[in-house]
Amino acid sequence: MSAARRVLLIGGIALALWGMGYGLWYAVFAEHQALDGIGSSLAGGFAAAAERNPASAAEALVRYREAKYIYDRQVDVHSHWIGLAMLLIVLGIGFDRVIFSDRLKLMLALGLFLGAVLFPLGVLLQTMSHGSLPRAIAIAGSALVIVSLAGIALGLGRSLSAAN
Amino acid sequence: MAVSHSTSRGVASLPVEAALAPFSARRLLLLGGIGLILAGMLFGDIFAVFVLHQNAARVGASLADAAHAALAGNASAVIASFQKVGRFLENRGTKVDTHVHMIDFGYLGLMLAILQPWIALSETAKRLLAWLFLAGAWVLPVGVFLIHYVGLAYSPLQAIGWASIFADLGGLFVLLATLAYLGGLSRSFRIAAGPRVKDKLLSDRSAPGRMLLAGGVLLVLLGFLHGSYYAAVDLYNHEASDYGILSRMTSSAAIGDTAAVDKALADYGRLQGEKAVNIAAHAHAIEFGLLAILLAFFQPYVSLRKTWKRRWAAVLLAGSLLLPVCVLLELDYGLIAGGLADLGGLLLIIALLAMWVGILRYTGELDAARGIQ
Repeated sequence: MSAARRVLLIGGIALALWGMGYGLWYAVFAEHQALDGIGSSLAGGFAAAAERNPASAAEALVRYREAKYIYDRQVDVHSHWIGLAMLLIVLGIGFDRVIFSDRLKLMLALGLFLGAVLFPLGVLLQTMSHGSLPRAIAIAGSALVIVSLAGIALGLGRSLSAAN
Repeated sequence: MAVSHSTSRGVASLPVEAALAPFSARRLLLLGGIGLILAGMLFGDIFAVFVLHQNAARVGASLADAAHAALAGNASAVIASFQKVGRFLENRGTKVDTHVHMIDFGYLGLMLAILQPWIALSETAKRLLAWLFLAGAWVLPVGVFLIHYVGLAYSPLQAIGWASIFADLGGLFVLLATLAYLGGLSRSFRIAAGPRVKDKLLSDRSAPGRMLLAGGVLLVLLGFLHGSYYAAVDLYNHEASDYGILSRMTSSAAIGDTAAVDKALADYGRLQGEKAVNIAAHAHAIEFGLLAILLAFFQPYVSLRKTWKRRWAAVLLAGSLLLPVCVLLELDYGLIAGGLADLGGLLLIIALLAMWVGILRYTGELDAARGIQ
């Protein structure tokens, strides 16, 4: 088995396990609390409006915005880690159909694996910091995924034209 | 522990019959995996047609009730309306989760089926792990589906009901089985300088296989490009609008401005629609791309005529493109685009079912040749 294929297969299964473990932890320890927080802050905002208390309504909606910001990203992280892991595995299985040199194939595999780890990690870090670093990590990760994927598509295209 | 393939330094060619023996791990994971995907897709189609839009309308109506209760200065009616919103959202969320997890576990099952020859565990262990995986892959979505109906009845815990507990148990089964397969895979790398199995399944270069592989990678790429575009251009605006519209709604309600509240409600509904179609198009393009790639590897097991194998591959790819594109167009073209999206989903299900039947025929032929009744 080539090094590139090994990176994709082992990396993909490890990432799938990591993503599932994260999802399990999240479902047991965080999700219900997050949903309660979103629901109660939103309801609190409207109830404060009913009591003609706009300041309290605004405070409640700020809590809602923050809770929803975190919840959306945590769910996205879980689904993207697992989705990307599956992509790594299936591409690893069919990687012998990509017609490039072993060195370039290894670089594409490493780029895809690194992107698959970094992109959701950057999204997760956004829940801890609103600074530009987490966003930069997420953008770099997604760029790595897209560029590597485009390279792999090109390599597969070369194998198709060779077959024809 | 005995391994299921040769560990000599020579390449051991794996006969198809051995790889797909009755109740072998690969057969269980392959047929079980496609079964899970089919069940998840059927559930998703039924959910989309009969539940999704009606549920969204109820959520919108309850939110409007809450806003009008706030206008009327009735705080207790606001809370009651939000309790309804919570119930509708939980109903929707658990059904989406059921759909997504069934399909994703099906994909994982197919991937593990392909990897079987590289997993250095005894066939008995692999078979038991396949059963454990499939049990977990069914228990989790069924548990999630029941969360809305079972609630906290007879639960020993304050916040988590029995359905959630069983769903988590199913997730644990899947996690343990996948972990064990990973152990077997890494073990095979350590044996005799790495795995030396030549699986005939992976050497297939047939036309439907090539179509599905190339089409699948393109679909995944399109999905990623769309997702990146959405994240860069719309995501933060949508998040800001979500907060902005709700703020407008509550502040207008606090001063009794009915027209402004109604406008905010309409804007909020439109925003939720935009978010939903973008996320659905992104997720479906990638998922269908992955499915096409996975099915490309299993084409040698589809016992149908070559022409029909090509046709079903084309139908699957057509449905895979039609659904996300039409979902995106739903905001502008309404029910027509929605109907075409459902048609795309149906085409995909029919093509997948045809391939599943082809694989069943193949296993039947193998068993008949062996004289298994």
